[in-house]
Amino acid sequence: MMNFDLRKKPRLAESLIQTLLFLAGILSIFTTLAIVYELGKEALLFFNNPDVTFVKFFSGTKWQPSIGNYGIWALVSATLTTSFIAIFISLPLGLAVAIYLSEYASLRVRSILKPILEVLAGIPTVVYGYFALLFVTPILQNIFGESIQVYNMLSAGLVMGIMILPLISSMSEDALSAVPRSLREAAFAMGATKVETSLQVVLPAALSGIGAALIVGISRAVGETMIVAIASGAGPNFTFNPIQAAETMTGHIARISGGDLSYNSIDYTSLFAIALMLFLVTLVLNLISQWVVNRFRERYE
Amino acid sequence: MQNHFPENEAFYKALSKRYGIATVWQILFLSALLLAILSLTALIYNVIDGAFGYIAYEYKNDPSEFTSTPINELTKEELLTILKNNLSTGAYKKLDNEQAMSTRSQADLLNLFLERLIQIDTKQTWSMTESILKGEKIRQETKTNYPEARIEFRSWLTPQFLVSPMSSKAEFAGVRTAVLGSLWLVGIAIAFALPIGTGAAVYLQEYAPKNWLTSIIQTNINNLAGVPSIVYGMLGLAVFVRWLEPFTSGSMFGITDTNGRTILSAGLTMGILVLPLIIINAQEAIKAVPDSLRQASFGVGATRWQTVWHHVLPNALPGILTGSILALSRALGETAPLIVVGASTFISVDPDGPFSKFTALPIQIYQWTTRAQSEFHAIAASGIIVLLVLLLTLNATAILLRNRFKQKY
Repeated sequence: MMNFDLRKKPRLAESLIQTLLFLAGILSIFTTLAIVYELGKEALLFFNNPDVTFVKFFSGTKWQPSIGNYGIWALVSATLTTSFIAIFISLPLGLAVAIYLSEYASLRVRSILKPILEVLAGIPTVVYGYFALLFVTPILQNIFGESIQVYNMLSAGLVMGIMILPLISSMSEDALSAVPRSLREAAFAMGATKVETSLQVVLPAALSGIGAALIVGISRAVGETMIVAIASGAGPNFTFNPIQAAETMTGHIARISGGDLSYNSIDYTSLFAIALMLFLVTLVLNLISQWVVNRFRERYE
Repeated sequence: MQNHFPENEAFYKALSKRYGIATVWQILFLSALLLAILSLTALIYNVIDGAFGYIAYEYKNDPSEFTSTPINELTKEELLTILKNNLSTGAYKKLDNEQAMSTRSQADLLNLFLERLIQIDTKQTWSMTESILKGEKIRQETKTNYPEARIEFRSWLTPQFLVSPMSSKAEFAGVRTAVLGSLWLVGIAIAFALPIGTGAAVYLQEYAPKNWLTSIIQTNINNLAGVPSIVYGMLGLAVFVRWLEPFTSGSMFGITDTNGRTILSAGLTMGILVLPLIIINAQEAIKAVPDSLRQASFGVGATRWQTVWHHVLPNALPGILTGSILALSRALGETAPLIVVGASTFISVDPDGPFSKFTALPIQIYQWTTRAQSEFHAIAASGIIVLLVLLLTLNATAILLRNRFKQKY
């Protein structure tokens, strides 16, 4: 008589493969832990330095580590200014593009326009930096005269806005197209025009998704490096005046680490303190936006 | 009873006003779109504009000191003799070591002649638009300002530019070292990130139980995709360059002349950077494989891994590859992490392995852009064209792949 054993057999190879796959999955957690640990360790060394205090770090407006000035605001001011300009440009434009694509454009027009926006999103940021320094700045100087410095936050911010535009428009478009058709049809049935429907019915319904796009946009602007490193200026400067040169947090890290740094010097550890701040700010922004998107998705499904 | 609804004339007046407003808004939406397209056009125009144009230069040494033949008519043999007679023995030997002189092309030798012996001194350069619109004025200006200078229309993007190594003179600099460095970097990054990323995606889609750990991993991957690239640079600096220096510098393998700032460190940093992108794309590709395939496979008694290996992965492969190519093009354009990890500022020898010092195309573009002299801006523009063409090729491949293997279930 044949004897079949139908119970599940332990298979060594299967469990081995499963373990390997699990390790690949868990590696991302280690990446995050490594970022927190390495940045935190060096930042701690920085804050343990007798010259550095938390109060000075978070309230000072001068950043000159070599002579004992550790005021992060000298860098934060530029990050805030450039990011603000970028969002000021990319939010309205991106939103308008999204509304046009999702509410007005025919399928054919969309299939032509979307790849163009994708090209815009795929251009390396160093190319945008070139564009900011050698195209936008000269144009600004032609319009507003020589009061605009060669390196200035305005042109870096404007170009950063162009860079972020496709991100905001594609995320907003997703949010707009997730709004059910029935809402639009109800509005049309009441005699509303297309614009009235788009702006007063669809847009409010998609507001949380657009909020998420805005937050991701801010996080991208804060973390962007090459455009500001090339076009915004090379030297910390506490100012919110966009026509002046000033160095952002990211630009500062890029410039200082570009030279040969000796490990454990105050310059070296201070960069990690700045990077840790950057990481935490973008982390919080990304978490908020994910939370918003998830909540939003639940509502219409 | 009072009627609040506007009637007749009032109604039509209000209606046409509403339509007027509607048109205004529609024009606004459309102009935002046009503005975006215009920016893209301006950017491309700006780059092309910079890569061609008039150049005014002087010879530091007169060609007649070396030969009586006009420069353009010199043959390979004549050039070889001139170089051999006039270059110092050490310099000649060094060049011969890089590439045997007799095997070099005439254009290459001519460049060496111009670079090393005659020594071109660029006085001024102009953009393409200026050169076309104000050609006559430029010639006159040059005549008054630099009476000795020659002027010619130059394309900075030449075959020579593609194959020449880095040089301190913009007129002779090329992108060969940088392109090779970029290829090495991207190769290492993808060799590291593709297997791990696919593995992680398979785990999350096919194996992972629905519990808190899985949702933490998933959230974490989404977050990592949004971490600024310069932070990855800092991570690479701390982990690969410093902590793993014995490994990444190659001293473990008997290579002694480098520190941790090698191709390997940079490539691994890039790998970590694109890992979340690859995972997310691979997950989408695996998600698109219909469940019926899995169930059929389980139904005939296949194990989970057999199902994944023989049915899920082959069907998801085009999607995974498309995602990887997109990740690759992201890695190709990244600059900031490379600066932090320590790309060399000047390097003229080809990278010869994972433990050599490196530079990359975007790094070169960055350095050339930040130089003050306009001739460096011209080669930055040419470098950008090379980079954009590479990226375009990659993306076109991805799109072709996606369309070719698109399966309808």
